[in-house]
Amino acid sequence: MISFTPGDEQQLVIDTVRRFASEQLRPLAHDADEQRSTPAEVLTRGWELGLLHNAIPEALGGIADAQAALTGALALEELAAGDVALGWHLLLPATFAVPLARAGSDAQRERWLTPLLEGGYAPLSAALIEPTWDFDPTALQTVAFADGDEYLLTGLKGYVARANDAAALLVYARVGDELAAFIVPRDSAGVAVLDREQHMGLRALPTYQVRFDGVWLPAASRLPGTIEPLLDRSRVALAASAVGVARGAYEYARAYALQREAFGRPIAQNQSIAFMLAEMAIEIDAARLLAWEAAWRLDRGLPAMREAALAAQYADEMVLMVTDRAVQILGGHGYIREYPVERWLREARGFPTFLGLAIV
Amino acid sequence: MIDFEMPTPVSRQVQFIGMLGEQVMRPRARYYDDHEGERPVEYTSLIWQTVRAQGGRNFSADTSERLDRDGRPRPRIGYLMLAHMVEALSWGDAGMYLATPGAGLGGAAVDATGTPEQKERFLRRFGEGEPKWSAMAMTEPHAGSDTAAIRTRARLSDDGREWILDGEKIFVTSGAMAARDSAGFVVVWATLDPSAGRAAIKPFVVEAGTPGMLVTKLEHKHGIRASDTAAIIFQHCRIPRENLLGSEEISDGRSSGGKGFAGAMRTFDATRPLVAASAIGIARASLEFTITYLRQRGVTIRYDVPLHRQTAIERDLRQMEAQHRAAWLLVLRAVTAMDAGQDNALEASMSKVKAGQVATFIAQKAVELLGPEGYSCTLLLEKWMRDARINDIYEGTGQINRLIVARRLLGYSSRELR
Ligand SMILES: Cc1cc2nc3c(=O)[nH]c(=O)nc-3n(C[C@H](O)[C@H](O)[C@H](O)COP(=O)(O)OP(=O)(O)OC[C@H]3O[C@@H](n4cnc5c(N)ncnc54)[C@H](O)[C@@H]3O)c2cc1C
Repeated sequence: MISFTPGDEQQLVIDTVRRFASEQLRPLAHDADEQRSTPAEVLTRGWELGLLHNAIPEALGGIADAQAALTGALALEELAAGDVALGWHLLLPATFAVPLARAGSDAQRERWLTPLLEGGYAPLSAALIEPTWDFDPTALQTVAFADGDEYLLTGLKGYVARANDAAALLVYARVGDELAAFIVPRDSAGVAVLDREQHMGLRALPTYQVRFDGVWLPAASRLPGTIEPLLDRSRVALAASAVGVARGAYEYARAYALQREAFGRPIAQNQSIAFMLAEMAIEIDAARLLAWEAAWRLDRGLPAMREAALAAQYADEMVLMVTDRAVQILGGHGYIREYPVERWLREARGFPTFLGLAIV
Repeated sequence: MIDFEMPTPVSRQVQFIGMLGEQVMRPRARYYDDHEGERPVEYTSLIWQTVRAQGGRNFSADTSERLDRDGRPRPRIGYLMLAHMVEALSWGDAGMYLATPGAGLGGAAVDATGTPEQKERFLRRFGEGEPKWSAMAMTEPHAGSDTAAIRTRARLSDDGREWILDGEKIFVTSGAMAARDSAGFVVVWATLDPSAGRAAIKPFVVEAGTPGMLVTKLEHKHGIRASDTAAIIFQHCRIPRENLLGSEEISDGRSSGGKGFAGAMRTFDATRPLVAASAIGIARASLEFTITYLRQRGVTIRYDVPLHRQTAIERDLRQMEAQHRAAWLLVLRAVTAMDAGQDNALEASMSKVKAGQVATFIAQKAVELLGPEGYSCTLLLEKWMRDARINDIYEGTGQINRLIVARRLLGYSSRELR
């Protein structure tokens, strides 16, 4: 029966993560962006929220219930409302672990998933994006050829978070016409981690280009399951995170507009400001409902490619609109880095690019 | 728990109305668009059977309590059902949907503000006999959005037994059918004292054919032409004193149990998502038609390809689909809140703002995408584009609903944010 009210346990997740995001992430966000680094303690503290465990089914050592994707979307919105770079950094291991849980073999799970769930934060990561303007996940340039019971992997990836110190990467590649994913230990011969990248936003999350120069991989390092649905899970994660960023920007701009005075009254009392805020709120809610529906379909095992793609596309446009208006509502102050809204605008523009950096 | 599963009765109803739309409404849609002012009898006679069988409640929600097998109350789905019905009928033809006989908008005002005796007296007729309409007349030539500024006067007659109405109402949906062409009625909002503002504005029931009530004009409209939109003049129009709905007292609405002007405004919380639902019905008609039309000509939408590989048409269609779904989900959120008995004024206005805009965006895009064919009257797309446009205007314009949303979000009164 249709309902837009989170369940009790989901509400608990929302409340807990919201508190963590506002008390622990938001206060660090400015400096983390300026210094291009995440304090290690916040990852340790965040790990204790058990969010990764929420995404992994019980049979595989997690505590996920039948709405894992939805709960993941709820948590990501809250994290991103605090700070998306720190939030994604915190959930980075999920980009490695969730694909294993959904499409991995028992041996792969035993080798990588179990220790991760039993241990502390470990920077396991994934490599999907390729650093070209026409990056296309359905036609990857990174390719692997089968040769006996080995694969030979070649290609260049970008936006690979923590590639410098991750023990292993989940590398997406094309095998013939198929989309595939391989577990690649970082110290494999032929793996070269290049310079750290500089981006407009998401600066607290260190990312690198990584070259795979004829890397030999055992056949057992390929994930046996279908890989396309993982992209849908990432699209939902991106949509939910965009909602979080937008909500943070909206709430900030709203509070600002209520207290900032011009011409003798709060600027919010002008329709041109009030209507912008009304539209921001409407669009945020609209995007959230689309993300929820796509997540719900994933959880139900229904086809979700269309819904996930549309939710992500909608959220991409929404978050840019909302953060851009937040900057406008703060006027000149919106342009100053001391205030968070310009950072949110920098982050918002990246959402059409961020595929693979988060997953539910 | 968050859930997107539709209850079976709702999906069944949508399917049924879909057939009605396809077989009864669509084939006559162009005719009534070309013949403005003619009653769409194929539809109205057919739907009247159903409306009458339901005691005349054409578009009021079933809010009765139902128990499941274990004696627990079942979740109410009255407004959810209603939104789906309105959406599906508007998919068939929005103009005809607006011309549905029954208690309608006038009935909603009676329901919201009348005493039990008045409800019985005025609403009974919709369960028997020939088709009848009711209408709601608020707007005047000089006052639309600013409803508190209406000037139509109501004075007591010298013997105190009648109200005498004087004034002019415009843009009354189904006004001719309610006031003149059937044994219906018009709920007329008039003031007992123009200096007393909202508190003195009261609803009065004027029976069809009452001397002094005159339909002076039928508007010629951009769209929804199967629905009549009338101007009605009241000249010393005498009605029984008992036809004032609710209390005669000039009060702020709170002390009269929320049934005065403020109470009536609250009924908009229920009707706005339904206007939004109607908008979505037109949007879905346009979208489905466009997608099917293009698919038959070899154009399909791919969802997994990145932006740079999407064709311009794909990009438009994807945007239309996403916008459509987003707006519909906002409507569903507003009606489920209504069913749960929660205050939904914010959600209602949000859904109205969004759907009012999205319906027009989609319908206009559809005409654009199909080029010379889209623009031609051989298809219904150009009509749907015209039909869609009203939804951002009546039941509160887009601006007025943005005001309502903004006031709620900012905690402002109507004086602080105007
Ligand atoms: C087909 C049709 C059917 C209708 N049916 C009915 C009916 O059954 N019963 C009934 O009573 N009425 C009905 N109406 C009237 C309808 O509700 C009004 O037309 C509508 O509320 C707008 O009023 P207006 O036309 O006087 O515009 P105005 O109020 O003059 O508004 C003009 C413009 O100014 C904007 N505006 C006004 N105030 C503000 C503000 N404070 N801030 C920002 N912008 C503002 C409006 O949004 C609009 O864009 C119908 C209208 C039509 C066209």
